[in-house]
Amino acid sequence: MAHARADAPAGTSSAATIVPGGAPRNPAGISSTPPPPRPKRPRLHRREHLVAAAFVAIPVVGFLVFTLYPLGYSFYASLTSWNGLSDPQFIGLKNYVTMAGDPYFRKALFNTFFLMIGIPIGLILSLVLALALNRKMAGTTFFRTIYYIPVISSLAAIAILWQWAYNGDFGLVNQALGLVGIDGPNWLMDKDTVKPALIIMSVWKGLGYSMLLYLAAIQSVPRSLYEAASLDGANAFQQFRSITLPMVRPVTFFLVVTSIIGGAQIFIEINIMTPTGGPEFSSASVVWYIWQKAFENLQMGYASAMSIVLGLIVFVITAIQFRVNARNSFSVD
Amino acid sequence: MTLINTSPDPVDEAGARKLPAGFGAGRTRTKSTPMGAKARYRIGNVITTIVLSLGAVIMIAPLLWTLSSSLKTREGVFQLPPQWIPDPFVWDTYARIWTAGPLLSGIQNSLIVASTVTIVGSVASSLAAFAFAKMRLPYKNAVFLALLAGLMIPFPTLMIPQFMMFSRMGWVDTLLPLIIPGLFGNIIMIFFLRQYLSNIPDSMIEAAKIDGAGYLQIFGKMILPLIRPAIAAQFILWFMAVWNDYLAPIIYLNSPEKQTLQLVIASFNARYAIQTDYPLIMAASFVALVPVLVIFLVFQRQIIESIALTGSKG
Repeated sequence: MAHARADAPAGTSSAATIVPGGAPRNPAGISSTPPPPRPKRPRLHRREHLVAAAFVAIPVVGFLVFTLYPLGYSFYASLTSWNGLSDPQFIGLKNYVTMAGDPYFRKALFNTFFLMIGIPIGLILSLVLALALNRKMAGTTFFRTIYYIPVISSLAAIAILWQWAYNGDFGLVNQALGLVGIDGPNWLMDKDTVKPALIIMSVWKGLGYSMLLYLAAIQSVPRSLYEAASLDGANAFQQFRSITLPMVRPVTFFLVVTSIIGGAQIFIEINIMTPTGGPEFSSASVVWYIWQKAFENLQMGYASAMSIVLGLIVFVITAIQFRVNARNSFSVD
Repeated sequence: MTLINTSPDPVDEAGARKLPAGFGAGRTRTKSTPMGAKARYRIGNVITTIVLSLGAVIMIAPLLWTLSSSLKTREGVFQLPPQWIPDPFVWDTYARIWTAGPLLSGIQNSLIVASTVTIVGSVASSLAAFAFAKMRLPYKNAVFLALLAGLMIPFPTLMIPQFMMFSRMGWVDTLLPLIIPGLFGNIIMIFFLRQYLSNIPDSMIEAAKIDGAGYLQIFGKMILPLIRPAIAAQFILWFMAVWNDYLAPIIYLNSPEKQTLQLVIASFNARYAIQTDYPLIMAASFVALVPVLVIFLVFQRQIIESIALTGSKG
């Protein structure tokens, strides 16, 4: 099995170490040939290279076909006028010019960033939750499970039930607000409340995930640090500021990056809860607009240009984050 | 990297009640404040529990509300003040959902996609992780980093060309575009398995090689049993992710009987909201939630442990 897969990728990836005339089928046959300069280990390794290349080839091929090629094609398509049926017509940067003057795109971009307000709110809440769950008391496992349930639930189903919860007349949210005497708005139908509504929902859904990561990070802080600090007379808040917060910084970094990457791609809840992009386009996100343009209006070229901009935004944000957090960045190996 | 302790026995809250042995030997341990640190900690626990319980209610209320609404009459849903316990219970809704839309075929399609992708993809991912972690291959780290960098590219940037690719193959409105890309493995899974494997000493593998074991043999007899827990956790997470996927299915699948479960409930939502048949929508959504919920409750420990590892990688 390994042999069959080996031939294609091995030629490229292990070219540097191929020994001329080496016989891969007979790696132990050193005794039968006169000793060439340093033959033994390279030849043994060569077989290992072939097998390893075969194993690695599977995801690499997937990466080339389903990531790198589409990425390149997306770049090309962004420079064309293309309806997906006939051949793309090259039009240079015209799509990008159109995009710069497209009020809907600007609105969608603004909405997408606005919805990210939920990220810091969620992070602060989940850190507080994690601190609470780190206490030595009964029921923490139970709470952990409860808070985690929205995370694993399907976003489509969650969006459906929150859409119902946000109903102006009968929704759960306004019922609850009614208990404390507040007359809630018709959340998803009002251009001023639709974004807060989406933010609240996304905080609710993501809370358990960040909480869990924070909890794990807090629990892995060496206890001796706290002991030393309390010996020096640091109070609980000082300990939190000077020990806990710096120690969980890598997790914060990880969560910020992944939340921004995820937030930039917000689509499902928009598509389900406000199928038309919300009142006055007030909840349309970039991905929703790309999807609309590409698959409803068949403006594939223009949609590709927007998708490239989206990709660039994600890339730049990630790069800045890595730069800022260079000291804490994860090293591979 | 060490495994993080997420067992329900958290680290002692420092400061409040822990003083190192031998410190302040002359006086009683906890009598540093008028009230006693231990009692204070206990009161803190009570307050924390109350706050956490309130939060838990908010977390779980929408789900319970869904269940409750699904069992109400059509009119009962709109009653004010709302009924928490349906009166009367309408079990019939759970019979109606199967004929009201392609829910059954939705479940089947989701099962086909999720299980094919995760089973084949997990094999591919573990072999690749084995090679990346434990085998000699020139430039393997560069290749690995390139794969990781691919994670930064959002799917929407790739979806239009991917759609055209599959459309040229005539695969639109089939499950293949959802299945095929996943078969090549999952870089996140490769990442974690590779990480996990780096804890296994190279000498074990060298020893097996000297004993004449082939690489597939080493993988099957030695690596696989060792990394099985990690594979299981990643497998479950991946399965749930594919099961819950929405954007790719909505692009490729048009005909109702080809749709995955998530699309089916979304179209329930669009169709029956007009007829104000909310119990039906809620019942279908609840059915869509249940499988993943069950998987989560059964494999809770593994899932939570492997999620907890996510943040502390590297």
